[in-house]
Amino acid sequence: MELHKLTVVQLARMIHRGEIRAHEIIIDVFKRIQEVEGKVKAFITLTVEKAYNMAKDAENAVFSGKKGILTGIPIAVKDNICTKGILTTCASKILYNFHPPYESTVTSKLIENKYVLIGKTNMDEFAMGSSTENSGFHITRNPWDLERVPGGSSGGSAAAVAADECIAALGSDTGGSIRQPASFCGVVGLKPTYGRVSRFGLVAFASSLDQIGPITKCVADSALIMNVIAGYDPKDSTSAPIGISDFTEYLGKDIKGFKIGIPKEYFIEGMDKEVQERINDAIKHLESLGCIPIEISLPHTEYAVATYYIVATSEASSNLARYDGVKYGLRVTGKDLLEMYMKTRSKGFGTEVKRRIMLGTYSLSAGYYDAYYKKALQVRTLIKQDFEKAFEKVDFIVTPTAPTPAFKIGEKIDDPLQMYLSDIFTISVNLAGLPAISIPCGFNMKGLPIGLQIIGKPFDEAGILQLAYAYEQSNPWHKMKPTL
Amino acid sequence: MQYEAVIGLEVHAQLLTESKIFCSCSTQFGAEPNTQVCPVCLGMPGVLPVLNKRAVEYTIKTGLAMNCRIAPYSRFARKNYFYPDLPKGYQISQYELPLCEDGYLEIIVDGEKRKIRIKRIHLEEDAGKNIHDPSGYSFVDFNRTGVPLMEIVSEPDIRSPKEAALYMKKLRTILRYLGVCDGNLEQGSLRCDANVSVRPVGSTEFGVKTEIKNINSFRFVEKALEYEIKRQIKLLQVGEKIIQETRLWDSQTGTTQSMRSKEEAHDYRYFPEPDLVPVIVSEEWIEKIKKTMPELPDQKFDRFLKEYGLPEYDAQILTEEKALAEWFEKAVVLGGKPKEVSNWIMVELLRLLNEDAKDITECKLTPQELVELLTLIEKGTINRNTAKDVFEEMYKTGKSAETIVKEKGLTQISDSSVIIEAIREIIAKNPKEVERFKAGEEKLIGFFVGQVMKLTKGKANPKLVNELILQELKKGE
Repeated sequence: MELHKLTVVQLARMIHRGEIRAHEIIIDVFKRIQEVEGKVKAFITLTVEKAYNMAKDAENAVFSGKKGILTGIPIAVKDNICTKGILTTCASKILYNFHPPYESTVTSKLIENKYVLIGKTNMDEFAMGSSTENSGFHITRNPWDLERVPGGSSGGSAAAVAADECIAALGSDTGGSIRQPASFCGVVGLKPTYGRVSRFGLVAFASSLDQIGPITKCVADSALIMNVIAGYDPKDSTSAPIGISDFTEYLGKDIKGFKIGIPKEYFIEGMDKEVQERINDAIKHLESLGCIPIEISLPHTEYAVATYYIVATSEASSNLARYDGVKYGLRVTGKDLLEMYMKTRSKGFGTEVKRRIMLGTYSLSAGYYDAYYKKALQVRTLIKQDFEKAFEKVDFIVTPTAPTPAFKIGEKIDDPLQMYLSDIFTISVNLAGLPAISIPCGFNMKGLPIGLQIIGKPFDEAGILQLAYAYEQSNPWHKMKPTL
Repeated sequence: MQYEAVIGLEVHAQLLTESKIFCSCSTQFGAEPNTQVCPVCLGMPGVLPVLNKRAVEYTIKTGLAMNCRIAPYSRFARKNYFYPDLPKGYQISQYELPLCEDGYLEIIVDGEKRKIRIKRIHLEEDAGKNIHDPSGYSFVDFNRTGVPLMEIVSEPDIRSPKEAALYMKKLRTILRYLGVCDGNLEQGSLRCDANVSVRPVGSTEFGVKTEIKNINSFRFVEKALEYEIKRQIKLLQVGEKIIQETRLWDSQTGTTQSMRSKEEAHDYRYFPEPDLVPVIVSEEWIEKIKKTMPELPDQKFDRFLKEYGLPEYDAQILTEEKALAEWFEKAVVLGGKPKEVSNWIMVELLRLLNEDAKDITECKLTPQELVELLTLIEKGTINRNTAKDVFEEMYKTGKSAETIVKEKGLTQISDSSVIIEAIREIIAKNPKEVERFKAGEEKLIGFFVGQVMKLTKGKANPKLVNELILQELKKGE
């Protein structure tokens, strides 16, 4: 039986019924990895031995009746989420040897639930990028077309899920890094509301935007993972002090009468025709399920990319200052302290990371702060207010996740501006701190997946999942698999 | 031309919280290097700061004691610079919205009250310590990293090194009263940087200032400022310009040396700390903190004048340390006369403590014991001179006055017959002096008293001795 092809929901049910044991799943998943990982290259580290030990723990938990919903489920974790004693690199040479002495809150919760860690997935270095080409180690390929990128920065996680190299994965989303690769790889990716999931142990790129979320084969799987990882964490001051929700609560419930906003600024000329068609189809489909589409306006959308690249890079320039060769990670010695700093950081960071550190440092510099950083914060507030106004009229906002399907490897890597524009539909959501999901909504003529983004009100992940589930269950897209 | 100095002080005070500002590591001073650290204060990838509420409380307390406005909404900011003792590459501090603003404290300069305005008080984390080894290697000790630090910034209201020292002393007194900082300059729990400029007397404009760092003792506050003011005046007198720069005080040479110019100054690229939420201080919280505030030195000073009728000088010294003031008051409550207790503290106790370089809190002698000694004097059991020796003995051994008096047989002799016997012996031994006295050399009375006291080993009641000597000498007339 091809266990690796199954979902969390399916495997959890089988484990619950005693039809299967955790180590059997692991054996099958590692067999799959052996077959396809050479082509996809989704992982930086495979934790084979660890996985078998965890599978044993899971089986003991099942045996003693202390099982959780994710017990025995093989999950891949993005390599910017700290796993105690396990190499955590952020796909950066500067952390090539970093084994954190602590566990992130999300993986601690997964461990309590007796999950099985399969490995740490590839990404753009420090989550900076939209194609996973910025990895300091190797590129990852899109399982639907090996000549194409899987998206980024959580490209490894999305590709691993799409290629059935794991059952589900964790990613992180700062400007679209869960949703855009989910869209490119034809899987589901949820970015929770800022503060919904603890950031403790997530290596920071841009602290005010970063959020961890699930990448899964279906909507219900995302809901199940959210049930485990979400919640207030005293170790993260920015996590929201609100009670625990059951994210599966509304799955399968009627969506009749939901008002879905269609922002006119997101359907611009020059957009990929096939993407536009699939999104229009999806909106029509939602209408057929009883939703009411309403045209809305998010007038400050055109400033989102510029705002994002000031806020995110400013925070990043500070967050990445700790990689100086003094305490851990790469150190290149020099004749004095300054030379050690310069050599270490020159050698340790890749081009895109350096570019963003410089952008951010510039934006925060004396004399430029008001014109850049401060202005960006003001625009960020306006963008947030756009959404607040829109949500007075509608329950959800529906947009394409990305302006195009997966592009070719190398196509945009030398043109950072073009690369930055691939996040144009996802970035505003991070600036506003809102939850949003990307779900498959069809394919283009070349057989590349296209993603539909559903944006919700703050902390309405359950609503988003309800709408997404209704769409998913009445369409065939999520059942389609790439041929590898 | 006459010049005057314009001085503003930036004081850093380490807070006496049990744990660090953003993690639960201990703040204990003097532990083995890097034994009081964790991933959070080491700034490892992915970890996050969690604010120590006690540190905020201590800062609010300080702000209230210094008459500041407490900000209902304040926030932390990152101060970015690279240095090995700063593990994150930035210091979490406050910038635009500090916890406390616009306060003042009062000092008394040559008998006159002066108000020194406080611009702001903010909260931040301390850095670690670099240790440079003779081998050429440098080491970093991160134990101090993340110890809560309060920065108290004055307005440029200080006009002389003496005022600066008085301000520092007052500040230290208040911090120690509040129990928020132990105020140890030598150990670095209290640190002082000074901004100094000079200008012609009468001018209202500011001159070009320099910042003096590394002033690590009370003695040096005055010395460093005196040197720097003289240096600046000398430059102006020969028509040279003062360069805006940071200078380092060198206590070895007694000079300040240029460290970096304005052009070389860091651009700290401050921006709001995104890992922490804004600090919201409610009225209720402030009220609650107010209720925990002790009586402050100024209030205590006023009360000591009114309640105990002490001279200002006494009240000033007694209220400088809260523990000392409390020691005094306890003795008074137990029945000591205020001025008498004050005299014993100021003349004897502080001298002895000073000789041992000890603090009142380390003193074995209790107020109760002093009062017992005072009672013995009052009852005439011992005389005042003997009491001084007994006091010293009490201080050193911790024994009670009565025990010492008994052990050493120091009880005052008030038995006239015993004293007369001694007087007669002295008169018999010194016929020449008796002659001279009788011839009118009356000041010789002192000589006889001295001899009698010597003979009685100082135990004779001096008042009685005086009376009886006169009586005896006049007898034969």
